[in-house]
Amino acid sequence: MQKLRALIHHVGWPRVIIAVFLLCLFVAAPFVRVRLDASIGDTLVRFGMNGVLVLAMVPMVQSGCGLNFGLPLGIIAGLLGAVTSLELNLTGFAGFVAAIAIAVPFGLLFGWGYGRLLNKVKGGEMMIATYVGFSSVAFMCMMWLLLPYRNPTMVWGYAGKGLRTTISVQEYWGGVLSDFFGIRFSDFLSVPTGMLLFFGLMCLLVWAFFHTKTGTAMTAVGTNPDFARASGIDIDRMRTISVMMSTVLGAVGIIVYEQSFGFIQLYMGPFFMAFPSVAAILIGGASVHKATLTNVLIGTFLFQGILTMTPSVINSMLQTDMSEVIRIIVSNGMILYALTRVARVNSK
Amino acid sequence: MAESLKSVIIGDRGILTPSHPSYTEVKGMTMEPLLRIEGVGKAYFGNRVLKDVSFSLARGEILGLVGENGAGKSTLMNILFGMPVIRETGGFEGKIYLDGEEIAFSNPFEALDAGIGMVHQEFSLIPGFSAAENIVLNRESMRNNLLVEVFGDRLRTLDRGDIFLRGRSAIEKLGVSIDADMLVSEMPVGHKQFTEIAREIEKAGTKLLVLDEPTAVLTESEAAILLESMRRLAAEGISIIFISHRLQEVIDACDRFIVLRDGEVVKESGTEQADVREIATAMVGRKMGVEEAREEEGRAFGEAVLTAEQLWVDMPGETVRDVSFSVRRGEIFGIGGLAGQGKLGIANGIMGLFPAGGTVLFEGKPITLDDPRSALRAGIAFVSEDRRGVGLLLEEPIKLNIAFTALQMQDRFLKKSLGGFLTWRDEAAIDELAREYIESLAIKCVDADQRAQELSGGNQQKICLAKAFAVRPKLLFVSEPTRGIDVGAKKLVLDTIRRHNREYGTTIIMTSSELEELRSICDRVAVIQEGRVAGILPPTADRAEFGMLFLGASKVSEKEVAS
Amino acid sequence: MKNMERDAKFRLDRFLLTNLVPLIFIGLSMVAIPISQFSGSYLVQEMLIRLARNAFLVLSLLIPIIAGMGLNFGMVLGAMAGQIGLILITDWKIIGLPGMVLAALIATPIAMALGWMCGVILNRAKGREMVTSYILGFFINGLYQLIVLYGFGKVIPIRSADLVLSRGFGVRNAINLLGIRNCLDNLIPVSLQGIRIPLGTFLVIGVFCLFIVWFRRTKLGQDMRAVGQDMDVARAAGIPVERTRVVSIVISTVLAAYGQIIFLQNIGTMNTYNSHEQAGMFAIAALLVGGASVARATLPNVFLGVILFHLMFVVSPMAGKYLIGEAQLGEYFRVFVSYGIIAVSLVLYEWRRARDRAYARRSLRGGEA
Repeated sequence: MQKLRALIHHVGWPRVIIAVFLLCLFVAAPFVRVRLDASIGDTLVRFGMNGVLVLAMVPMVQSGCGLNFGLPLGIIAGLLGAVTSLELNLTGFAGFVAAIAIAVPFGLLFGWGYGRLLNKVKGGEMMIATYVGFSSVAFMCMMWLLLPYRNPTMVWGYAGKGLRTTISVQEYWGGVLSDFFGIRFSDFLSVPTGMLLFFGLMCLLVWAFFHTKTGTAMTAVGTNPDFARASGIDIDRMRTISVMMSTVLGAVGIIVYEQSFGFIQLYMGPFFMAFPSVAAILIGGASVHKATLTNVLIGTFLFQGILTMTPSVINSMLQTDMSEVIRIIVSNGMILYALTRVARVNSK
Repeated sequence: MAESLKSVIIGDRGILTPSHPSYTEVKGMTMEPLLRIEGVGKAYFGNRVLKDVSFSLARGEILGLVGENGAGKSTLMNILFGMPVIRETGGFEGKIYLDGEEIAFSNPFEALDAGIGMVHQEFSLIPGFSAAENIVLNRESMRNNLLVEVFGDRLRTLDRGDIFLRGRSAIEKLGVSIDADMLVSEMPVGHKQFTEIAREIEKAGTKLLVLDEPTAVLTESEAAILLESMRRLAAEGISIIFISHRLQEVIDACDRFIVLRDGEVVKESGTEQADVREIATAMVGRKMGVEEAREEEGRAFGEAVLTAEQLWVDMPGETVRDVSFSVRRGEIFGIGGLAGQGKLGIANGIMGLFPAGGTVLFEGKPITLDDPRSALRAGIAFVSEDRRGVGLLLEEPIKLNIAFTALQMQDRFLKKSLGGFLTWRDEAAIDELAREYIESLAIKCVDADQRAQELSGGNQQKICLAKAFAVRPKLLFVSEPTRGIDVGAKKLVLDTIRRHNREYGTTIIMTSSELEELRSICDRVAVIQEGRVAGILPPTADRAEFGMLFLGASKVSEKEVAS
Repeated sequence: MKNMERDAKFRLDRFLLTNLVPLIFIGLSMVAIPISQFSGSYLVQEMLIRLARNAFLVLSLLIPIIAGMGLNFGMVLGAMAGQIGLILITDWKIIGLPGMVLAALIATPIAMALGWMCGVILNRAKGREMVTSYILGFFINGLYQLIVLYGFGKVIPIRSADLVLSRGFGVRNAINLLGIRNCLDNLIPVSLQGIRIPLGTFLVIGVFCLFIVWFRRTKLGQDMRAVGQDMDVARAAGIPVERTRVVSIVISTVLAAYGQIIFLQNIGTMNTYNSHEQAGMFAIAALLVGGASVARATLPNVFLGVILFHLMFVVSPMAGKYLIGEAQLGEYFRVFVSYGIIAVSLVLYEWRRARDRAYARRSLRGGEA
């Protein structure tokens, strides 16, 4: 009993509750005639879709910049890459790779500016990040109307210009990762091997980075900036690098998301996209100043699992769609918990 | 009888003092002193900081309280004010009487209600409020209105006119001229200090005022005005406990003084015949259980390796104003002084951790101040006094802590792969390094992967030393190496520092609050007082001489050790 | 001499930084108004309406700023409480001013409870109040949806069929507030040269302003100022810091509930699931546009801000249409401006704080002399 309590304390109550809740959903699924294999399949797909976006939280948290509420900035870089790749009429892997190749420089550029800004406002990063994200999304709304994209599948038919709200990528590079080595177990369960492998590769890169000299310095900046400074590390530079990494990962993340989802969502689409990722990594056990790859993997799985299971299971049980409300309460409750928890540690 | 009492109270300086011939006579009657402390003692976790302190304070008397940092002054005041930390650590021994009644406050507010006021070293003022508003803070004059009946007392309206008048009259009582409407944020430092004192005396029934180093931030003329104000207050019957390191002020302003050392009252007397030197000697005295200063024969040093000229450092609480010194190769140079005088600022400034200016030459080449990399590149390492804040990555493993600076600054413990494209941490080399230091410094830990925060203070300090040693420094700054670690570990740490000096010829500059510690291992000791070098002495110099320098009582001409 | 120069430059920079946001807005308006081709009387009418509609909500933000808790993004909690009151009185078919008053009476205890909860949570997140209250707004929004979408009609009886979703429970997305529409605005009908003046609402707002002026002179107001400037000093002086902070949030939340009721009586329809979210963002943006900062806000900031912000709001779609031929662009522009202005204000505030800290440190330096 004591051991159990210690374990729960170590893992954290919210994570335990959410894990138990998810387990209950999986157990209950067959009784309300929800197919278990379909549920698992959906969970895996969403896990792969969102994984890289959650991973984009890690560098900034590790360097002490807090939770990356400014993720929409990275997403915008990814969107620019995606629509440009479509404009060039590239299909298949080439299109996907081109999208990433175009998105990365944008991500680096945005991240550099965003990082410089955050260096000027140390201590107030999270609120400012949120609004930088929001205003950049709103700014891009204007740009999507004005930028000279001409591919007829992307622009409004009547005007011949101005990008559509939703653009299909099916005929270009939809599913190139998901279907790569895709394994079909049944009509309902197929594993998106390529996408999971790609996510694994991204995790490996981030892991490797944190074992290099720069990565080590970055961790030190986040854990104890005074220590890092006394050891001759340029704190602002490390923070800027971390923000650039987070932004680039956000850009790559959204392209992975789109190839699986099949659509590019422009305009207000990226607006609230930071919140699910923030919630996921916190559910995985990260705090405002410490995040590991384990947090990313566990958090993404738990959060996406709940998002997949609640609509199907709860709806079948109650005959109503409460999934949206549960998503709002779980994700924001989690963020709230993390924010108040940190303050308590600090006040000691 | 009333006649005789009056004459006694007025006395020679209008003050009743215990040393006064008629004191006992009066005491024999009903005249109690305002404050009487009997046999007060206190130990924190078996560590005794105060033992059997007794004294009394008459109405309208000014008592000077002097002692080194850590002599027990703050603990005594914490007991008097009923600070929660005292009760949480098991209460105190002895008795305290105020006005003849035994008191034991459970929180500072009770002490304030009983008429004891305290003025701290840090200003406790609201910056955006005027002097008057601060003086009456939370005791504002108020008027009733209808809503009070519904919503309670906090909706009373303020009577700004009366607040201003009360503020002004409190300021006038001190005999200084400060505009009661002036915002604190726009005041010079001295005015802030007076505003604080005004707040304490404005409280109805303040009988006893404790001033903790009130003159430390004042200019000489401001300090003179403050001493004058103190005497005015005393003449009105308020008793004052005056804590200060400036002994001349104590002698000038007080009727009597007591000296605390290692938690004991070592001297108590009137100030009429007191002499600064005598007080200083009593203060530094001799400590128990620390090894005697030694003089080693045959210590020869090379040329001057580090020279600081007119160094200033803006480190909060440890400001260095104008410091010049030079250290020779192979030497262990000590920097001492009381807390807050600036001794800690020197190392922090040269290492670029706080804004600094002046010239610092290392091996003839200038160090760029304000840039930590400059000093590190030149081969200088630093073991910070703020072990947990600056010295360690508490949440990271021991081995990473030890290797970190060497890895970042000297590109050691790295290996390349993919044809030099990737530079990794060389975990094997880091393990090897950590094992080496764990063994040679006898660091007690499970293994090199244990997190730094799980170790004891002494072992954490050894990791900080190992981190500095690992960069193979030519010069090493060590600040407060034994602070907060137990007695056994202290000796180990000091031995380690000495051994490193002897074996590798590393020049060491050690900063410490413990005079005996400096005297036991340093070749020369500089004493810093009010941000300046008060003097440089050989370790064998007389304690009293150090004491005089600590207190800035006299400027001793610099005595160099003959080499 | 050098010091004085430095000081003068510092002060000028400070002035520009402090007033940068209103200056930008005045500049933008001066360009956009002629392009939009709106008549002066139309704009005056619009501004009067919007002032009546929004000023109360913006005013509700002032008290937490005094208490040093920053912009109360948690005011949406109050807005939700107000909306619950409105849903109930619409269902009970109580119309006119009595309906509004009853809605306010229902909203008060809910807002107090939510405000108290918000205050307690913010006390656990000192130093990051804004981001916490912001997320708290989302969190409570989830609970609000749970109640309104599933509770109403199931747990809480709703009789009017036109309020309930076709499935039998849950409140419809849009609610018509015909019963109380403009009942406060038109309480005292005044019209000047064809411009209607919502005098009733202005009177309520006037009373609120007087309340704030008076409140600053109370003991509680003084305590809040003290807590807002230095929590430790206030605590040492015996002021109950935590309680004072909670009280400031409770007052703000209750006032926001009233503000939302006034806002919706002017609009006349309620968007059950969105109205409150917009209320928070627009109120905060308006206050910042008026030159307020996270730490300081005055009554003129409120009124200047509402006018400038909504001027931009009204003219930008038309300006966009005439300038580029796309009204949609103007729409997006004003969304961008609303968020951008909050971002800029927050950045300026943090940046200024860092500069002031460095400046204060420099003045302490004793070395050079």
